[in-house]
Amino acid sequence: MPVFRIERDGDVALLVLDVPGAPVNTLNRDARAEFSTLLPQLAADGSVKAVVLISGKPENFIAGADIEEFTGLKTADEAAALSRMGQELIQRIEDFPKPVVAAIHGACLGGGCELAMACTWRVATDHPKTVIGLPETMLGILPGAGGTVRMPRLIGLRAALDIILAGKSERAAKAFKLGLIDELVHPAILRQTAVAAARRLATSGPPTRDPRPAGLLAWALDRTKPGRALVARMARKAVLKKTLGNYPAQPRAIDVILTGLNQGPAAGYRAEHVAFGDLAVTDVSRKLVALFFADTALKKDDPANGAQAILVRRLGVLGAGFMGASIAGTAVTQAEVEARMKDADLKAVGHGIKAATGIVDGRLARRRITRSEADRLRALISGSEQYVGFRNCELVIEAVYEDLEVKRKVLKEVEEATGPHTIFATNTSTIPISLIGAQATRPTQVIGMHFFSPVDKMPLLEVIPTDRTSAETIATAVSFGRRMGKKVVVVKDHPGFWVNRILTPYLNEAGRLLAEGTPVDQLDRVLLKTGFPVGPAALLDEVGLVVAQKAGKVMHEAFGARLEPAPLLGTLLADQRQGRKNGRGFYHYHDGHKIGVDDSVYDLLGVHPKPRDPKEIEQRCLYAMLNEAAMAFAEGVVRSPRDGDMASIFGIGFPPFRGGPLRMIDDVGAANVVKTLEELTAKFGPRFTPAPSLVQMAKDGSRYYPA
Amino acid sequence: MDVPPGRRAAIVAGLRTPFARSGTVLRDVPAVALARHAARELLYRAELDGREVDQVIWGQVVPSVLVPNVAREVSLLPQFPRTIPAYSLNRACASSAQAVADAHDQIVQGFADVVLAGGVESLSDVPILHSRGMTRILMDASKAKSLAARLATFARIRPKDLIPVAPAIAEPSTGESMGQSAEKMAKENAIPRREQDEIALRSHQRAAAATVDGRLTAEIAPWFGGKGMDEPVTSDNGIRSDTSIGALSALKPVFDRRYGTVTAGNSSPLTDGAAGVLVMAEEKAKALGYAPLAYVKAYAVAAVDPGWQLLQGPAYAVPKVLERAGLTWKDLGLVEIHEAFASQVLSNIQVWGSKAWADRLGLKGPVGDVDWSITNVSGGSIAIGHPFGATGARIVTQLANEMTRRNVQFGLISICAQGGMGMAMILERA
Repeated sequence: MPVFRIERDGDVALLVLDVPGAPVNTLNRDARAEFSTLLPQLAADGSVKAVVLISGKPENFIAGADIEEFTGLKTADEAAALSRMGQELIQRIEDFPKPVVAAIHGACLGGGCELAMACTWRVATDHPKTVIGLPETMLGILPGAGGTVRMPRLIGLRAALDIILAGKSERAAKAFKLGLIDELVHPAILRQTAVAAARRLATSGPPTRDPRPAGLLAWALDRTKPGRALVARMARKAVLKKTLGNYPAQPRAIDVILTGLNQGPAAGYRAEHVAFGDLAVTDVSRKLVALFFADTALKKDDPANGAQAILVRRLGVLGAGFMGASIAGTAVTQAEVEARMKDADLKAVGHGIKAATGIVDGRLARRRITRSEADRLRALISGSEQYVGFRNCELVIEAVYEDLEVKRKVLKEVEEATGPHTIFATNTSTIPISLIGAQATRPTQVIGMHFFSPVDKMPLLEVIPTDRTSAETIATAVSFGRRMGKKVVVVKDHPGFWVNRILTPYLNEAGRLLAEGTPVDQLDRVLLKTGFPVGPAALLDEVGLVVAQKAGKVMHEAFGARLEPAPLLGTLLADQRQGRKNGRGFYHYHDGHKIGVDDSVYDLLGVHPKPRDPKEIEQRCLYAMLNEAAMAFAEGVVRSPRDGDMASIFGIGFPPFRGGPLRMIDDVGAANVVKTLEELTAKFGPRFTPAPSLVQMAKDGSRYYPA
Repeated sequence: MDVPPGRRAAIVAGLRTPFARSGTVLRDVPAVALARHAARELLYRAELDGREVDQVIWGQVVPSVLVPNVAREVSLLPQFPRTIPAYSLNRACASSAQAVADAHDQIVQGFADVVLAGGVESLSDVPILHSRGMTRILMDASKAKSLAARLATFARIRPKDLIPVAPAIAEPSTGESMGQSAEKMAKENAIPRREQDEIALRSHQRAAAATVDGRLTAEIAPWFGGKGMDEPVTSDNGIRSDTSIGALSALKPVFDRRYGTVTAGNSSPLTDGAAGVLVMAEEKAKALGYAPLAYVKAYAVAAVDPGWQLLQGPAYAVPKVLERAGLTWKDLGLVEIHEAFASQVLSNIQVWGSKAWADRLGLKGPVGDVDWSITNVSGGSIAIGHPFGATGARIVTQLANEMTRRNVQFGLISICAQGGMGMAMILERA
């Protein structure tokens, strides 16, 4: 089946891209080949005065290159050749003798954006689905079909860096403001506007663009050599601060963009495809691409084996504290469901409604939604001090105090206040779901939904069925979690589930290192460099020392000496240090912001801070986590290595470029991991004793993932 | 009134916001927000699926220019499908009683099964207008083509143009304010000050008791006040449990300082609030599993010459509704008289008990004598407050609940309204 079809509107030819059998268009092999043969035909056809490039998909222009193709690339030369081919193809559009107008509705990303930028004129719809950008750096590569050269020429160096380095997609209105789009129209008139533009350009020659407002400073920074050098220097500094050198694509992209601006397009294209080749075969890019596929697979995964999810229209939330309010606010903004909250007294309920509304307000402030959308979302949030409005809830999520008896009590109340179909989900991090649901009258409708704080920002949700939970309940929890924008992993009802299970030995070890006099900032710096988004001391402060101590105790009771907590949390708590919550922890806080290490913590712990071998810090923390991940996996806590790794990356911030703890074990080699663990055991004690499954893997050379 | 067999309009549930004296806790809340709060909480309280609602009818007397059709904003709550038609109406102080009456009509005609009726008023949120001169200048300025032309237009502004125009609660036809009318009625009907103050005292005492025992608070959806939304308001703030005849009689008359008897104490205060009533076809209510509180038996509206006694509309409306329902005063087990002013309540009562009035209307005898043991039993508008558009729905709910509690067969509502209008409604149990 052809990828393109040609339609005519008088003297304008419409090139309609519609990749057969795919929900979105990608510039795959077939598309490229057909495009190469169609272009000369259209150029030669005297009856065609201009061309409009448009998509046949209802809500997608071109989602980008075919990422599947990348995974087959073996060498840098091969990858560079692919990039050069893309550059040449797109160059032919720029060189096309007749005007080419891109008519954009839906996602116009990566290669699609690069293609559009080579067109004579770009018309886009002012629709929320229309987004334009270059996300390549998120996959550890850079735009490889001329994007690094054309974008800064089109919208200026700073704006281009902003998009390319963050891998950003801009909404149509913003893209128009930047000059990435020439005309912004209602979807209903996209086609006719594009055809009219094409005809206009064919008769009146090259387009004149409305000048985008700029100033002297903008001119100096974007258009002069010293200005650009300054911009590049600042961008490099910012990138380094963010990536700590772990992600090579960003700094490389800065170099390539500057080459294109300073030495001309030809040099730019050359630098671009060489860099693309180098980056495409880096381990970092491989891991990020694998992560992209794992993410896609996870979204399609069906852990309920075909059971139908109940559509949640009204969500009940018990407990209007920070967690409950965040769940309600996120559910409302993401899934647009009614969120009905309940707490013991009206003051708490009002406070919770206010906090939940704050999430809507935040999206309004960031202009992700309009004022009227915000009004509508706010009106979805309500509550009272009784179970009013709960009868018709399809799902009730409790986020009350972490105590078995309290949770059992609310389960009983919910079962009485709701209809026979209502599902009860408990948001606990430490209590087994089966214990909470032990006395349930509808045990098949009890499930765990473990959210991570802050709920509106943390992407992971652990869904925890018990032995008695029905498939329909699992399907509903998973489907609703996805509607809330979460990556959902189904885990076993086992203490700590997956995330807290493998996080516990990591934090325990960090605690020991601190108790031994490791400087707080050194500890955090080392693990940031390892690739974690937050250092462990800062994380403890963030989570709150009360919660951390309680969770640590539960895990210790469940798993014994291996997970014995470091004794320091008690000492800190005795000194009224609860972390960020009360502005006192390992760090000083001002208005809730971390402002530096609180040195008095060393006196409190009775130590003199002395820097320690960074390798020891990294190994003790990281290998404690790897070992625990191996044990939890052997116990069946997650259903696949992919689930375990995804949960680690999105729940803890395990370095994405390392692919997750199980992937990392494969990469390092089980034998090497065992060897390191044995060394750690010899030096620091039996808590590092390698997991039996690792020892077995080391022996028989097996892996988590196929090699 | 001819009701086709099998179609009766049931009062299923009612709920309101707390009523707050204007300028107090609801001062910064737009009327539309109050209306939406009452409607949404009523929906939740009734555990009703928003998709069941066929129509929304909402009363408001002083609408905001920004939200001319408050009913549609209610029906656009995200708890409802976006396709529920809605209209706002203005029958002055009887507006939300009219909304209930309209709901009844739609249901009885078979045009709807479930109607959300209600009303709202924010007298903290009244539109303050520019003077006509200022309005003209602003409109000319918005049409000016250049900055110079615009400045030239603004140069026309004179100090008198800057004086804003606030809507007065006065009759356009007579120029007489509501309070002046009440004062006139007190004089013409020879209503003593003492009796007016006693009406007020009883209103406060009964409302206070009904607040303490929860009869009134059960009809209130708490409002989350304060910047942090953590200052819940659960009851009406105009009710004075500690007032006394002494305190009331010490107040100075407002509308006629020298010879007057109408005071702030024996009048209803300017109030903010909203109230909603869920009205359903009898079969629909039963099919959804509701036990109706009461049914609308009949209603009647009448008007008098505003230049006569502005608030005597009930003098006509009440006998009319009794006739329509085929009932007499003695059949009534509960009576709710809207208390705009104590002098108006006493004037209404006087005329109902009057033989002369009965003769004038061609009735066999006086309409009836008020028995205070069954009248305004949990207080009235003087104590609870009077958000114009919301009062009717407040009274319908209060009466329907009390009829259920006392197992009363028939209850009467009488409401006087601006423009010389009066509205009366009879509810029946079972």
